[in-house]
Amino acid sequence: MTPTRRRRLLAVLLILAGTGTAAWLALGALRQNMLYFYTPSDVVAQGIENGVRFRLGGLVVPGSLKRAGGDLNAEFQVTDRTRTMTVRYHGILPDLFREGQGVIAHGALGADGVMAADTVLAKHDENYMPPEVAEALEKAGHPPAARPDNG
Amino acid sequence: MIGELGQFSLIAALLSALALMVLPAAGAWRGDAALMAVADRAAFGLALFTLLAFVLLAAAFVNHDFSLLYVARQSNSLLPLGYRLSAVWGGHEGSLLLWVLIHAGWTMAIVRFSGHLPPEFRARVLAVMGLIASGFLLFLLLTSNPFERLLPAAADGADLNPLLQDPGLIMHPPILYIGYVGFSAAFGFAVAALLEGRVDRAWVRWARPWTLVAWAFLTGGIALGSWWAYYELGWGGWWFWDPVENASFMPWLAGVALLHSQMVTEKRGAFINWTLLLSIVAFSLSLLGTFLVRSGVLTSVHAFASDPARGIFILAFLGLVSGGALTLYALRAPRLESGEGFNWLSRETLLMLNNVFFAAALGMVLLGTLYPLIADAFGLGKISVGPPYFGTLFTLLMAPVVLLVVAGPYSRWQADRWARLWPALSPVLLTALAIGLTAAWLLAGGAPRAWFGVLGGVWVMLGTLAYLARRRRAGGKLTAGVLGMGLAHFGVGVFVIGASLVESGGLERDLRLVPGESAKVGSYTFVFTGTTTVQGPNFEARQGHFTVLKGEKEIALLEPQKRRYTASGQVMTEAAIDWGLTRDLYVALGEALDDRGAWSVRLYYKPFIRWIWFGALFILAGGFLAAADRCLRRTRAAEAAPQPARPPSGDTAGGALPAVP
Repeated sequence: MTPTRRRRLLAVLLILAGTGTAAWLALGALRQNMLYFYTPSDVVAQGIENGVRFRLGGLVVPGSLKRAGGDLNAEFQVTDRTRTMTVRYHGILPDLFREGQGVIAHGALGADGVMAADTVLAKHDENYMPPEVAEALEKAGHPPAARPDNG
Repeated sequence: MIGELGQFSLIAALLSALALMVLPAAGAWRGDAALMAVADRAAFGLALFTLLAFVLLAAAFVNHDFSLLYVARQSNSLLPLGYRLSAVWGGHEGSLLLWVLIHAGWTMAIVRFSGHLPPEFRARVLAVMGLIASGFLLFLLLTSNPFERLLPAAADGADLNPLLQDPGLIMHPPILYIGYVGFSAAFGFAVAALLEGRVDRAWVRWARPWTLVAWAFLTGGIALGSWWAYYELGWGGWWFWDPVENASFMPWLAGVALLHSQMVTEKRGAFINWTLLLSIVAFSLSLLGTFLVRSGVLTSVHAFASDPARGIFILAFLGLVSGGALTLYALRAPRLESGEGFNWLSRETLLMLNNVFFAAALGMVLLGTLYPLIADAFGLGKISVGPPYFGTLFTLLMAPVVLLVVAGPYSRWQADRWARLWPALSPVLLTALAIGLTAAWLLAGGAPRAWFGVLGGVWVMLGTLAYLARRRRAGGKLTAGVLGMGLAHFGVGVFVIGASLVESGGLERDLRLVPGESAKVGSYTFVFTGTTTVQGPNFEARQGHFTVLKGEKEIALLEPQKRRYTASGQVMTEAAIDWGLTRDLYVALGEALDDRGAWSVRLYYKPFIRWIWFGALFILAGGFLAAADRCLRRTRAAEAAPQPARPPSGDTAGGALPAVP
């Protein structure tokens, strides 16, 4: 092997080792930070374990929002019109959080079967529904009410 | 009338673009000067008719022409004039028209500033620009026509999304697009060079100023978007690793790698394959970003469209343009000269490391952004990737960059020696350590990340300044290129300090406050004195009043609002910020909790957050300064002189940036 070839081989090996390590690290980090999206029906059907973080999507049940007086604890129910789940959240709800409309909560189930959410997201404008929620409702046989074309 | 005129303008623009795509390329192929000369006029036609269409659409917004579907959706009779104009690009169709307009602007700039290029090369570059313009104009006309009629006309419009009714948002899309679209120039130069098959260092020198300017604009656009998100969304964050943010960040990362790899190719002829590939990749990522944002596959404020035809069209166009360019690259790349070799300790090695780390960061962001889409497409479930994935890996990948960035300019091309490099660097390193440790002790609190951040930032700022001073002392010329590099690297240091201090030292409190109550955040006391009602032009707001005290001293009066927009009934948070060089104080109203006047309130203390955007400003200024170094001056000189037959293609640029003696 000529010195040039040896150098090239070394470079190739180094690059392979580097990319391999980087890919391994990245995939590991990716797995740790992946959040699956479930509807209340999925949560029941798939038997999500307590403490596993996921995203819950559905519609906020009208009349279900309860604010315990004194601090920022909120409790509301999320439905896909087949099953319903209770979500507990401490903090400020987004501007577009409305009863009867689409919402996505990030969190995990507690021992009492209630989801403890650390993030609650609503849609970005009045006409918009998170696509996951719209699709989930459709799958459950309850297409969302015809929505105006918002382009 | 306006609708029909606009439609005609778009069609005329498309015809010009098609002419620009076909005729000059045919001319270059057959060596027909007359055909190649068509490029100038076709480019002019493209720019003129696109501008006309844009002005007509703007006029429709100004005159409240609700017989246009797009205007009826995006505007309202109560919307103030400034926002009516920015509403032109507030939705899908209009923002694509802006895309094409900016692309036409870049094409005209190439026409104007490329007189010194060999005519065949110039014709091919312009033909590639014509191809891209044709694709997007077709897309506009077929799937996203902003001049579509609404009959009967709406009585009033649905109003612009209130999130977009903000001064920061007037400028964010155009500036971002100038950067995004500007990579088409670097792409055009690379493809033209590949088409010629005679790829030497010259094309890099020609392409570099275009890349620099586009990248500087992209930096500005991203920074503006981050700043807007910070004050408008009311969550106090400055970067969310949202897929749409990533869509503009990926071309930026590719741009950083490209700028540094161009240097090596220009000075030493090495990395030429890699530079070509990066030029193609950077623009492909711009197209990918357009696809991600415009196809509606993402859930985001930017995702206007939910029409699958649009997504498929862009994806097909992306496949055609990038796939074609990559095939061309695969055919031609093996035949390229490989340039001069170098030692393991040399400036080439350092620049290569820059490229390795930025390419890795790019791959990491790409994986995290696309993985959920791919998983969804293959039915593996609906996944989202949390920000910690991006945040952790990006910090890890950029740490070595921060460490090495200072050494780059000190090092010599081809071969350097530790015995020379170390004595030059060690005094700077020791001084930076001393100052950095003092600064970290004063500012960083207990968080190790903040300590590393401050140390790294000080090292980059100081090391860069020391390099400029040393070069000056040694009698070297501080050209615009060197100063631009210095400014940009200095900005990296500023950014690193800001980002690490605010990430580890920021404070947030969400609480319930009754008028008269107060809350402490760090050493600041926020007193809630009550709310009043305020009437805006197209909204009504509840305005909170907060007095901020430090000790006994009153330092700020903050008045955040909760707005309800009349037309849409949409509710919006308008945060109030008292900004300073070393800290921001930030209040956002949540919601009214009961009839006693209690509100949920978000209070933030954000140390050094402004440094993030100041850093970005330095970086973009550096980009512009470096672009001014050779391109514009040289072009003018070339135009003043009688047309040279062909600029020298050898190693003539080597003297522009000599290594420090």
